[in-house]
Parts: sequence; structure tokens; C-alpha cells
Amino acid sequence: MAKTLGPVKRKFSPWTDPSAVPFIRFENITKRFGNFVAVDNLTLDIYEREFFSLLGPSGCGKTTLMRMLAGFEEPTEGRILLQGKDIRGVPPYRRPTNMMFQSYALFPHMTVEKNVAFGLEQDKLAKGEIAARVEEMLKLVKLEDFAKRKPNQLSGGQRQRVALARSLAKRPQVLLLDEPLGALDKKLREETQFELMDIQTNLGLTFLIVTHDQEEAMTVSDRIAVMDKGVIVQVATPAEIYEAPNSRYVADFIGDINILEGTVMATDSGLGAPGAIRIECDGIQVAVDQECQAATGDKVAFAVRPEKVRISPDQPADTSINAVHGEVWDIGYLGDFSVFIVKLDDGRVVRAAQANVSRLVDRPITFGDMVWLTWPLDAGLVLTR
Amino acid sequence: MKSSRFDVTVLTLGFAFLYIPIVILIVYSFNASRLVTVWGGFSLQWYQTMWSNQGLMDAAWVTARVGVLSASVGTVLGTMAALALVRYGRFPGRMIFSGMIYAPLVMPEVITGLSMLLLFVALGVDRGFWTVVIAHTTFTMCYVAIVVQSRLLTFDRSLEEAALDLGCPPVKTFFRITLPLIFPAVIAGWMLAFTLSLDDLVIASFTTGPGATTLPIKIYSQVRLGVTPEINAICTILIALVTIGVIIASISTKRTELRRLQDEHLALRTPA
Amino acid sequence: MAAVQDIDTQDKGGLGRLLVAGLPYLWLLLFFAAPFFIIFKISLSDTAIALPPYTPVFEGFGAIGDFFSQLDFENYIFLTDDPLYVTAYLSSLRIAAISTVLLLLIGYPIALAMARAPGSIRPTLVMMVILPFWTSFLIRVYAWIGILKPDGLLTLLLHGVGLLGPEEQVQIFRTDTAVFIGIVYSYLPFMVLPLYSALEKMDNTLLEAANDLGCPPLKAFWRITFPLSLPGVIAGSMICFIPITGEFVIPDLLGGADTLMIGKTLWTEFFGNRDWPLASAVAVVLLIFLVIPIMIFQNQQKKVA
Repeated sequence: MAKTLGPVKRKFSPWTDPSAVPFIRFENITKRFGNFVAVDNLTLDIYEREFFSLLGPSGCGKTTLMRMLAGFEEPTEGRILLQGKDIRGVPPYRRPTNMMFQSYALFPHMTVEKNVAFGLEQDKLAKGEIAARVEEMLKLVKLEDFAKRKPNQLSGGQRQRVALARSLAKRPQVLLLDEPLGALDKKLREETQFELMDIQTNLGLTFLIVTHDQEEAMTVSDRIAVMDKGVIVQVATPAEIYEAPNSRYVADFIGDINILEGTVMATDSGLGAPGAIRIECDGIQVAVDQECQAATGDKVAFAVRPEKVRISPDQPADTSINAVHGEVWDIGYLGDFSVFIVKLDDGRVVRAAQANVSRLVDRPITFGDMVWLTWPLDAGLVLTR
Repeated sequence: MKSSRFDVTVLTLGFAFLYIPIVILIVYSFNASRLVTVWGGFSLQWYQTMWSNQGLMDAAWVTARVGVLSASVGTVLGTMAALALVRYGRFPGRMIFSGMIYAPLVMPEVITGLSMLLLFVALGVDRGFWTVVIAHTTFTMCYVAIVVQSRLLTFDRSLEEAALDLGCPPVKTFFRITLPLIFPAVIAGWMLAFTLSLDDLVIASFTTGPGATTLPIKIYSQVRLGVTPEINAICTILIALVTIGVIIASISTKRTELRRLQDEHLALRTPA
Repeated sequence: MAAVQDIDTQDKGGLGRLLVAGLPYLWLLLFFAAPFFIIFKISLSDTAIALPPYTPVFEGFGAIGDFFSQLDFENYIFLTDDPLYVTAYLSSLRIAAISTVLLLLIGYPIALAMARAPGSIRPTLVMMVILPFWTSFLIRVYAWIGILKPDGLLTLLLHGVGLLGPEEQVQIFRTDTAVFIGIVYSYLPFMVLPLYSALEKMDNTLLEAANDLGCPPLKAFWRITFPLSLPGVIAGSMICFIPITGEFVIPDLLGGADTLMIGKTLWTEFFGNRDWPLASAVAVVLLIFLVIPIMIFQNQQKKVA
């Protein structure tokens, strides 16, 4: 998948080190607009050189959080520490952060060059130094040939890169990116994601990105904070978020997942693994290998990703557990994958995804087929929230 | 929707109604005969009489100075008012403020004129050139405020935020980013203010004093004595000046538009 | 949504803000609002042959009791006593109302035709409507004198086509009809532009949808186009009605001796009779008549902004 890009990424996990000092700390931040609570008593640490994503649907408070760091809004309660210093009251033009705006906010009356130089001019750098830095930045984003153009003479992708160059020109301690790739088409967006990661690693900067695109967050981030209604639901690495979501909300928001509501029948059911848990979901018996806080009788959800569900026309040896039977209702052909939507006998729907390893014509399962869906003990998750 | 024959007829009649009187006025300014209804051949004599009419020329000069001064002060104040209205959200007295911006647009001129006169008298100010300037500034600033306000409402605030974010303090941001971008609206506001000032008879009549007779006051006093081709001549010159101004403005917007199209073309042709 | 928040947080010093809002605010308070209190005060004074030609003159706070005791409603009583003023007010409102209806009837088809014109020529049409507005109001009214005079161009034209006998003359000049013509001519751009901007904003697919649902074009106009253009109708009507009520130049230059309009009355009281207190009373009463239309107009503008 990943292109071969420079040195292999080092292992980077300062958040696991209890002695590490956070670079940015949001401490019990609340922000109200009138009666509307945009951010609700939120605490979050971001470390130096981290590529951090705030992910959530529109209106979840992620943009407000970023704008508070940039200085466009002040928190109603709580404080923001940047390298240990409270930055309340510091105006945006004196903060060591720079922002790449969703609309790019390129100054339409200035050339590309002037746009990139704008921030440097504010620092009263020498002319030669400004020129050198502008050149360096334009080279970084591969726009050397477009220095004299005005923003409206550029394509969307070029504008995005000018915006990036402009916000990087001052070498900010933190770069804030507000939906930076939202306006680009899919292919360009994917390319740019890798470029962004490169730039971040090479310059050794801290990036904070706001996005509603979960794929984008998964691709670029060291860690992701999933937000909902002004609070953080989970902060973790992309893999943890995907494989071990802490709630129905996160599980549902990231990727595709089957969720079955059920009741805990027994914990440590003796299926081999310690801490295993047994759930009944309206007639479906499920067992999961998982350390879990749930106790017998708790209402929980069982969640399993479609690609971890095996689909087969043949009846498995053991149908008493982690197995359901149903009819193929619909097939979504996605190229690399096919998603089978299976309607169980009681009307519930479970999805299974299968990699298309062989050619289309060889696909044995088709509409109306009766199939068995099975999954191993370590495939699913118990969600208590 | 397609333009029907009905639409074309309506527009033709409408514009004929709007323009025929003006065209007649212009044509008769070149009439050799003093009688308005008799065409006595082409002549420029009324332009000569007009030129040698010292009173008329003085009035024109007063009007021009009043116009430039009041339009300029009015544009500065009106732009500030527009900024306050669009940017400052709710502030104490905002209702009254916006009321005072909109009311002069429709207030009958006799009321505005009389009330200003009474203010100047109450303040013990001698009426003359400056009182007319103040009166004109007061009502033209409201027009400027409306024009600039409508531009500010569509202004992308993230441009200013970007400047602040890049280290540019607020006042400097206004002059480097905001003002250059809203400048066409500010200029349009100035031109509107200037024309309104040139045009005003009633408010100027109330607030003027000795030695500050404006052109409309002069024209009015002559018109009351009857139609003379001399007035047609000065009216024609005024119309010509305004028309030239409008044509220049429209050519420059056309050129900007053309450049914008070319730019878009350029953007499309270059690969991302 | 967060982008619309005001930036008051980082400009706490607020000196610049205070200046930007305060300067125009103070200017308008002093030169627009304050005069209304003065006009009201003077309307309660008596005429005097002096300068300023009214008493009492405000002379410091010591004499404040004395000052107030001399104020009375004499001028207002006079206004209601003399049928001339009552007639003038009613006549002004009548002329303004009729003119506004005429302007709507003439302006609406023009605005509609402009909005339906091809997009490429619309800016030109708008400019053609605005252009006469940039030329002097006085000049435009003056132009009509030459046309409407008994020996004017209209008579000449009608003689030419034989609609009028050689000895007859058009008797429009110095009548109410001439005033209506002058008003409609002068105020037409003010009516057309708000109507046009309301109509132009309208989504064409709405009419297509109406047609598609079986509504014939004429009915679609009344059910869709007209209701959606109502904000423009209200704005245009108010922008015309309010100043027309107090109009002076047009009735003075085109109207006859029997054309009573309150703007003209006020002018005469002020410049002719030098009765400043009475002129002020006339203005105050006119203002009271116009308070409701002005409030409608302000509300409309606020919605647009």
C-alpha cells in the first residue's frame, strides 16, 4: 500500500511514556456560544512532533477546539497550555501556531509569492531571507514555476499547496490544518495525504488536523481523537481505534461494522482463553476472547467487522456458537472487496466482506444463496458503551 | 425563462420613457432659438452664455468642492459605520445606530433639511459652505454604509483570520487585506455620495448661507423663471460628465471580468 | 458555524473598535438624531421677528422653568384649525399612495422583463435603469417642463400627428397629472431595482417545477413568482412612498396652484412666511405620519441584511 518514502518511520509513542511532557494541553476546556455548548469540559494532551487528528461529524466541536488553539476563540472555561505556558489572552498574531484554512483563505490580491511571504514580512525579516524562505517553501510544495501567479490563476490542488506553503513558511511550532483536503478529488487527496506526512516527518513539526473523513485521519495520524457533541469519545492510534473501539459510537463511525445488541450470559466461559465472555444476542450465541468490564446480565453490544466474518455455503462443524445462517440479500462489488449482505432467518442483517482473490466469474456465492457466517473467537468485540 | 415579445415591448417602452426627456433636453441645448419649441438650427451659443455666466460658474465650483469634501468624509464615516454594523455583533445602541443609517435613505428631504438648519441655528453656527458639507456628509454616509455593508456581508472572514494567524495585527490586517478587497465597493460608495451631493437641492437650500450657492440652487432659481436653453446646456454638461464616469466604470468592470475569465482558463489548463 | 463568531476576543483594548463605531455613531446622533429634538422643541415655540425667528431661545439651565412655561401646542392647534394644512396632508398621502401604485404597475413588468432577460445583457439593463438616477433629479424634472408646457413638445407632437386641433394645447402642465408623471419618472429606478433584485434571485426551476406539476404559466406567476417577490414589492413601495409624501421639487415645478403637497407647504412656511415654529410643527406631524412606513422599511432592510 504505502509508497517507499525516505527512511522507515520510527516507532513514535510518547503518550505511553508517563514522564513525557505534552506539547499542547487542553485542560478542562469548555466553550459555549450562547446556550450552545460547543466543547464540554474536554481534556487532551498532544505531544511534540505528533501528527494528531480531531475526527468527528460536523458540529462536534473539533473546529472550535482548533480555533481556540489558534486564538480566534477563547475558551469559556479551562486553559490551554502550549509548552507549559497558559496562552489565554495571547492574540492569534502572537501565537506560535499557523493555520491552513479550509477555504485556503489565499489573499486574492497578492501573488503566490506574496502570499507565502506575508507571514515572514510580519516578522520583519530581511528581504533576502524572505526571498530565500519563499523559494524553499515553493520548492517544497513543487510550485516554483507559479510564484508570480495570482490565486485565481491556479487549480484547486495548487491553491491547496500554496496555502500549505504559506502556513509552513514561518516554521510554526504547531501547524493547524482545518479540513485541508476537503476540496480535492479523491486521487489527489490520497497523494497529498502522503505528501503531508512526508513534510511533517522531514520538518519535525507538530500537526493538528481537523477532519470528518475517517480514512484521511487513519492514513495520516499518529493518534486520533474521535469527538462527538463537544466531548472526546476515544483517543488512540488508528489501529486501536479500528480494532478496539471503546464504544458503539466509535465503532460505527470508523469503518463498517456489524453490531448486535445482547446480554452477557457468562464471563470466563472456559472456551480456552482467560477472560472470555459469552453473550446471547436474541438467539445468537456469541463468544469473545476479551478482557472486559462487563458482568453477567449486563446489556452490551457485540461488534464484528465484515472482513472478519467468513462466508460459506457449507455448514460449519460447530453451529452452536459464533455462527449464523441466512440468505444472501445483496452483494456490493467494490473491486478489491465484495460485501455480502446476509439476511438472517429472523430478519436481522449481517454483512461479510471477502477479498476478491480470484476473478469475478469464479465467485461462487450469489443472490438468494443460503449461507453460513462464522467468525473466530478473537474477531469480535464487546462494547459496553 | 425565455424573453418573450411582451418583455421586449415592456423594456423598450420603459427605457423610452426614461430616456426620451433626457435626449430632448440635450438636443435643445444646441438649439439656436431661445424658444424651446422652435428648432432654430444648431448652435453652441448657450454654452458660451453659460460659460460667461459668472454666477453659474461660481455655483458649479462650490458644488464640486462640496461634493468632493462631503463624499470623502461621508465615505470614511460610512465605511466605518458599515464595519461596525457587520463586524461588531451586538453592541449597546446597535438598534438605534442601524436605524439612523437606514432612516436618512427615505426621510423626506424637507424634514432633514429643516431639522439640520435648526440644529445649526441652535448651535449658533453661521450657515454657509461648511454647513452644507456637514449636511451632505450626514446623508451620503448612510448610502456609503449600505453599499459597503453589502460587500462586507459576502467577505470571507477567514482571509482576515489568515492574516492575523500569520502575525499581522488587526489594524494592519484591515489596511493590507480588508480594505484592498472591499475597495471597489468603497469607490462605488464615494461615487454615489458625490452624485447625491451634486444633485441635492432641498437640503442645500435649508443649510446654505451667503456665498455658498450650489448649482442646483442656482438652476432651481432660474428654472422658476422659465425654461432657458442655457440651463439645458449646463444640464447637458452634467449628464455628459456622469455618463463618461459611468462608462469608464463599466469598462473597468468589463476588463476585470475579462481578466477573471482568462485567469480561470489558465487555472484549468495547468495540471494540478 | 464557528466562523461567524465575532473577533472581539483578541481586540480587548477596543480603542480602535470604539473609534470605528463611535465616530459615525456620534456624527449621526449629533447631525441626524439631535435635530429632531430641536425641531420638536421649536414647533412648540412662538414666532418672533428676530434672529433666530422664534422664542423662547434656550438661555442656560437657570431659566429652564421659565423656558418650558413658554412652550405650548399653539402651532399644532393652528394646524388642525386651518383646513389648508389638513387638506395638504391628506392630499400628500393620496398623491404618494396613487404614485406608489402607478410605480408598481409600471415598474413590475419592467423588473420582470429584466429578470427574464438573458444573463449576459442583465448587467447592461440594470445600468440603463441606474443611469438616469445618476443624472440630476432637478434636471430630470426640468426636462418635463419643456415637454408638458402648453406650447411644449407634447402639444407640438400631437399637432403633428393631428390628434389635437391647431388652436388646442395640452393642458397637463401645472396639474396633478403633471405631478404624477414627474413622480413616476423620477422614482421609477427606485421601484424597479428592489423589484429586480427580488425577482432575479428567484430560482427558475421553481417555475419549471410548477409547470411540471400542471400549473399553467399565468397561474404560476400569481402562485409562485409574485409571492416570492413580495419583499421587493414592500421595499420598493416604501422607498418610493415615504419620500414622495414629503416631495417638494416636483409639485413645485410641475404642479399647479391647487396641487397641495405638504413638502411645498413646509417650504412656503419656512422660506416664504419665515414662520419657523409652524414649519417645524408641519414637519413633526409629517414625521408622525411616516413613522409606520419608515419602521416597515427598516424591518425589511434588516431582513435583507
